[in-house]
Amino acid sequence: MTEMVKAIIDGVEIEVEKGTTILDAARKVNIDIPTLCKHPDVEASAACGICVVKIEGRPNMVRSCCTPLDNGMNVITKDPEIIGVRRTVIELILSNHPNECLTCMRSGHCELQDLASEFGMRETNLPSLVKKKEKDESTKAIVLDPSKCVHCGRCVEVCQNQQNVHALSFLGRGLPTQIAAAGGIDLADSPCIKCGQCSAHCPTGAITEYDETQKVWDMIMENEDHVVVQIAPAVRVAIGEEFGYPIGTNLTGKLYSALRMMGFDKVFDTNFGADLTIMEEGSEFVQRFTKGTAPLPLVTSCCPAWVDLMEKYHPDMIENFSTCKSPHEMVGALTKTYYAEKMGIDPAKIKVVSIMPCTAKKYEISRDDSMSSSGFQDVDVVLTTRELARMIKQAGIKFRDLEEVEADNPLGEYTGAGTIFGYTGGVMTAALRSAYALITNEELPDDVIDFKPIAGLEGVKEAEVEIQGKTVKIAVAHGTGNVEKVMEKVRSARENGEEPPYHFIEVMACRGGCVAGGGQPRVISSDVPRPRGINDEIRMRRAKGLMGEDKDAKLRRSHQNPSISKLYDDYLDAPLSKKSHELLHTHYVARSTYKR
Amino acid sequence: MANSSPNSGTAMAVKKWKKKRGSLIMALHEIQDIKGYVPWEDAQEVAVGMGVPLARIYEVLTFYNYFKLEAPGKAVISVCLGTACHLKGNDEVLKEFEKELGVKEGTSTEDKLFHLQSVRCVGCCGLAPVVVINGKTYGKVTPSNVRSMIEEWQNNFANETDVA
Amino acid sequence: MANEKLIQKGLEAKARLEERAKSGFGDTSGARAKVYGCNSTSCRSAGGESVIDSFNQAVDANELSDQVRIVPTGCMGLCAKGPLVKVVIDGMEDQMFKEVEPMVARLIVAEYITPVLEGKISELPEFLKQYTLDLNSPFFASQQKIVLQNLGHINPESIDDYVDFGGYQALKKCLFEMSPQDVVNEIKESGLRGRGGGGFPTGLKWQFSHDAEGDEKFVICNGDEGDPGAYMDSGVLEGDPHAVIEGMLIAGYAQRATSGWLYIRAEYPLAIKRIENAIRQARKNRLLGDNILGSDFSFDLEVRLGAGAFVCGEETALIASIEGKRGTPRPRPPYPTESGLWKQPSSINNVETFANIAKIINMGAKEYSKIGTDKSKGTKVFALTGRVRNGGLVEVPMGMTLDEIVNQVGGGVDGDAELKAVQTGGPSGGVIPKHLLDLPVCYDELKAVGSIMGSGGMIVMDEDDSLVDIAKFYLGFTVEESCGKCAPCRIGGQQMLDKLTKIAAGDGKKQDVTDIKRIAHAMQKASLCGLGQTAPNPVLSTLKFFESEYTDKIKECCGGCACSCNKNEAAK
Ligand SMILES: Cc1cc2nc3c(=O)[nH]c(=O)nc-3n(C[C@H](O)[C@H](O)[C@H](O)COP(=O)(O)O)c2cc1C
Ligand code: SF4
Ligand code: SF4
Ligand code: SF4
Ligand code: SF4
Ligand code: SF4
Ligand code: SF4
Ligand code: SF4
Ligand code: FES
Ligand code: FES
Ligand code: FES
Ligand code: FES
Repeated sequence: MTEMVKAIIDGVEIEVEKGTTILDAARKVNIDIPTLCKHPDVEASAACGICVVKIEGRPNMVRSCCTPLDNGMNVITKDPEIIGVRRTVIELILSNHPNECLTCMRSGHCELQDLASEFGMRETNLPSLVKKKEKDESTKAIVLDPSKCVHCGRCVEVCQNQQNVHALSFLGRGLPTQIAAAGGIDLADSPCIKCGQCSAHCPTGAITEYDETQKVWDMIMENEDHVVVQIAPAVRVAIGEEFGYPIGTNLTGKLYSALRMMGFDKVFDTNFGADLTIMEEGSEFVQRFTKGTAPLPLVTSCCPAWVDLMEKYHPDMIENFSTCKSPHEMVGALTKTYYAEKMGIDPAKIKVVSIMPCTAKKYEISRDDSMSSSGFQDVDVVLTTRELARMIKQAGIKFRDLEEVEADNPLGEYTGAGTIFGYTGGVMTAALRSAYALITNEELPDDVIDFKPIAGLEGVKEAEVEIQGKTVKIAVAHGTGNVEKVMEKVRSARENGEEPPYHFIEVMACRGGCVAGGGQPRVISSDVPRPRGINDEIRMRRAKGLMGEDKDAKLRRSHQNPSISKLYDDYLDAPLSKKSHELLHTHYVARSTYKR
Repeated sequence: MANSSPNSGTAMAVKKWKKKRGSLIMALHEIQDIKGYVPWEDAQEVAVGMGVPLARIYEVLTFYNYFKLEAPGKAVISVCLGTACHLKGNDEVLKEFEKELGVKEGTSTEDKLFHLQSVRCVGCCGLAPVVVINGKTYGKVTPSNVRSMIEEWQNNFANETDVA
Repeated sequence: MANEKLIQKGLEAKARLEERAKSGFGDTSGARAKVYGCNSTSCRSAGGESVIDSFNQAVDANELSDQVRIVPTGCMGLCAKGPLVKVVIDGMEDQMFKEVEPMVARLIVAEYITPVLEGKISELPEFLKQYTLDLNSPFFASQQKIVLQNLGHINPESIDDYVDFGGYQALKKCLFEMSPQDVVNEIKESGLRGRGGGGFPTGLKWQFSHDAEGDEKFVICNGDEGDPGAYMDSGVLEGDPHAVIEGMLIAGYAQRATSGWLYIRAEYPLAIKRIENAIRQARKNRLLGDNILGSDFSFDLEVRLGAGAFVCGEETALIASIEGKRGTPRPRPPYPTESGLWKQPSSINNVETFANIAKIINMGAKEYSKIGTDKSKGTKVFALTGRVRNGGLVEVPMGMTLDEIVNQVGGGVDGDAELKAVQTGGPSGGVIPKHLLDLPVCYDELKAVGSIMGSGGMIVMDEDDSLVDIAKFYLGFTVEESCGKCAPCRIGGQQMLDKLTKIAAGDGKKQDVTDIKRIAHAMQKASLCGLGQTAPNPVLSTLKFFESEYTDKIKECCGGCACSCNKNEAAK
């Protein structure tokens, strides 16, 4: 039985589980305590001092975000003194923060701006201490602007402990403390995998996506160009937050409309690419599993941040990696070959823009030569969901009033299996649906198609599936911090000459998968309580938006996608054919963690 | 990098400390004791050898005042700015050193002979104001002593090179 | 098997301790004359080492080695007059020499010790009197030495000296005659409070830790001594390292700990050397390691160095530092006694706190608690510095007034100016103006006037010292030493410092004083750790007692009101 504690908060008696923080307990009785540094995903760093409250009988105020409620406490969350202290602390933070809201990418969605406006911060006697520091744009995926940092520590905690990358760190101490890579080198020379989780967790505009919206406007403006756009699975269930929809609303049809209105010449869907990935990767798995063509386990490769991490930290796993490119890269390559040929368009004139939940995809498109398999860079620009939302707003499109339309052919049709790529466990589920069919020539029955054991937010999920009397052992890991243990297991089995512990492993760098990618909206929405920021509830609600589409889909298995069959018939021949290998597969090399 | 195996000291420090708990700072101390600072390459060697991410090592190196990331001058001049020494006017002594050496506190002279830094109390408050140069303590210092202290060390170094 | 051997050896060591106790403690050399030469940092810097060498040479040269014993010792207190040398000859009055040079050392041997031993003279030659200090002067006479008892009497590098003076008897008593809970009770009863600054009851802390369960349990000695301008702990570590080790051993036994850690400031090379040497000796004598003195208590010590961060004196930061991380404090709870070093129960005490332990066990809690005041028991060591005649390391019973410490022990202000105030508690403390100097030194009284006992820094200031300057000095220190983790301290400190600098330069406005008070309040209330919470104290206390020093500097009219005071007029 869980132990309970009884206490009083602002005169209200409350009973909560032992260990509940004062902040969380207060929320249960509808008392909202302001916070800045606390984030639901990370352990309290106790950095900002905004959330202070009084406990009767104690001389100092305490931080409600990290102080557990204890029996008999009499907590006071607001009185003139507390509010005064909080105001002064906010004023201090603002005195060390540039006044750049007007031109800041985070404006309107900024936790600091929101706090300042909530407290009605007006004038101040405190001179500005801001020292302009150089931005780090070296990764071309994320941008670090240390001047806007409030030292909450979320990014470091996420990068070091949740992602296990250790690219970001605190440098120096005291007021000059700065968030940077080791020794202050460029992030691009550090082990950074560009997952963008730091930016997903940053409360301010200190870490943002590398903005390429202007580049895309320019492409659209250029009459000569044939600009093709595609959207990733996870984008459709997150973009709505930018336009006031409840979290998790699936807005595929409206998105297509908006993209057409913005002036893109063709609107494709990365879900198609996801179906295609399943065909290729599923076949790869079947080959390895039934014929032993290459070592098991097979590890998924559609997440570029994971690929980068593997190349840096686990290069001994290269031969276990699926050689499949990620879905949008497949679509890009086919757009400039298959589609170009079919339509008789000069591929040199085609520009492919991918709308992704992800900052790592910005890096991926020029990762190596195989990303230019069409003879041109297969994908020209990656925009994150956030950038797209800005462009829609810039274009003056009334998103909520848009009609729902269909994507274009031939790279727009998709099945439910393609949709579920966007959350953890989805790729595996989709792959098993098709692998089962490939091995048995029968369809997996509808009642087991969802693979419940790998659906949730557990860091590492394991399951076993019977296919033709053989047991397929699978593992799903998300958040790169959870990968280490899985890889370690594989490694030790290999070293001891034992059977591999798993046959198939899915890895997504972001906790929850792409629905919570580094490029997803960071809107401060009234239905997200404090402490603010991406949390597991948001992850699940977005994932449910994708699951819903899958459930309602007529076709839920990638191999049933008619456009995919046509593609193989007309162009690629068969999965893993020579042509497929040329266009849809890549290879890996060991990379050094530090370039200096 | 005149030394033939430039990292041998570091390798030894890593070997000595890697199996022990709570030893990162101790290993870094040892490296700095040998080299006068902690070079990037050595930090990387520690990272690999002790299994601590480089980012964490730099977090530590830049947090603690004691560690230097650049090679300091041969003679490290520590001017005490603890309370007792402050009260007895060591700020003026520091200023005099800055003037005489032409460098700011925390930096080294161009010829890499002197490194000037301030410290907070070396435990000789009774002798305030205090200056320590390469382990030798000077008590009851006044700005007028500065010149001769510098000369003393210049001579020390001159004699060294004579011998060599 | 191996253990049996260890136990055997341990029991032999125990027997040696028992043997030693029978014959009564004290010097065993049988030498008729003893020369105690201070060999601690301050005196060494003043040439103490070569003075000791000279004594040795002179004694050798005069072939007196079997009659004269030269003991290099810990700090004798009056560091400002170092190198100090005390000469004790049977049948003669003890003599304390100051500012001894090698030449003087030779003279002391040739013209005093030798002739006395040879029965030629029975008095100190007149010309040597200029080098002596009056041992009956209040500086020596009104101190009460418990913690510093051995300093000046034993060679800190010799475990035999320590044992000769009663060392490790308390440990033996604990191990063989008391249960861990008995020891905790004894410390509780003694009323000992932490000497690191906070004044937390030591017995209570030990009880928490005693009751806590973990795979391992640690006792940690805080030797970070961050107060800039104080050196009590280095004095103890350099002068009587075994006392700290014995204290930690007893603490380890009482709290059922598995190992002990000493965190020492890297700026104290001599202290580090001496404690490491002492640990080696203790291991050899079966006082550290497995089956200590043949008992079933096993415990060892590790030394870890700081690296120049004042905040690492804070418990949770210290723990982070030992773990090899940035020394940033974390919120409490959980307290270290529940979850500390490597998430195991850990209890932290200050060097001086540990140095009290064996004495309490030896004299008994009852006797110990007779010293001091109602709520502050025992003695306190202070590093008395600044504008004071007898600067140095002093130990006085709690309850002695500041006035007595400064004017009697310290001999009053050094120079012609009047005494103005005394600062205690270092960067976390405050100033106490002259009119409050009859305040007794105890935790609560000092707090009541806006300062704190602190770890023992005591700075005397005279009329020529500017208190705005001293406030600025301390604030500058805390700003430099702020770990930067939390906003109130990281930014608030700098803002206050900037405003203070402005005022000191004569550019301040009245509004700046108002702002300083407001920021100070927010820092006190919303900073995460003690550093930020107390950083405003020096400013607030100087403002409280010497506000005019601030307002005098505010020349410009703030224009904030319509009043017609002088300044407003002048501005027009
Ligand atoms: C910023 C800061 C610095 C401190 N520095 C020291 C120190 O140098 N030495 C020390 O013993 N305690 C220091 N303390 C107090 C310790 O945190 C802790 O309370 C003490 O070591 C406990 O031992 P005690 O109970 O024996 O005093 C410091 C506290 C703070 C907040
Ligand atoms: S980070 Fe927030 S507060 Fe700062 S400039 Fe940007 S929007 Fe404004
Ligand atoms: S909020 Fe204020 S500063 Fe910002 S645009 Fe409007 S008027 Fe200007
Ligand atoms: S993008 Fe990912 S790896 Fe790179 S700094 Fe941010 S969190 Fe770390
Ligand atoms: S960069 Fe952002 S997340 Fe990182 S510490 Fe600064 S404000 Fe926090
Ligand atoms: S999980 Fe998705 S959003 Fe996150 S890095 Fe991988 S591909 Fe990008
Ligand atoms: S109060 Fe200062 S030293 Fe303490 S945690 Fe906050 S910033 Fe660090
Ligand atoms: S006269 Fe009035 S306006 Fe001028 S300094 Fe005094 S209070 Fe301020
Ligand atoms: S300290 Fe609690 S939210 Fe920042
Ligand atoms: S791989 Fe495309 S959505 Fe994750
Ligand atoms: S203050 Fe300078 S030695 Fe202590
Ligand atoms: S150091 Fe010698 S008397 Fe203090």
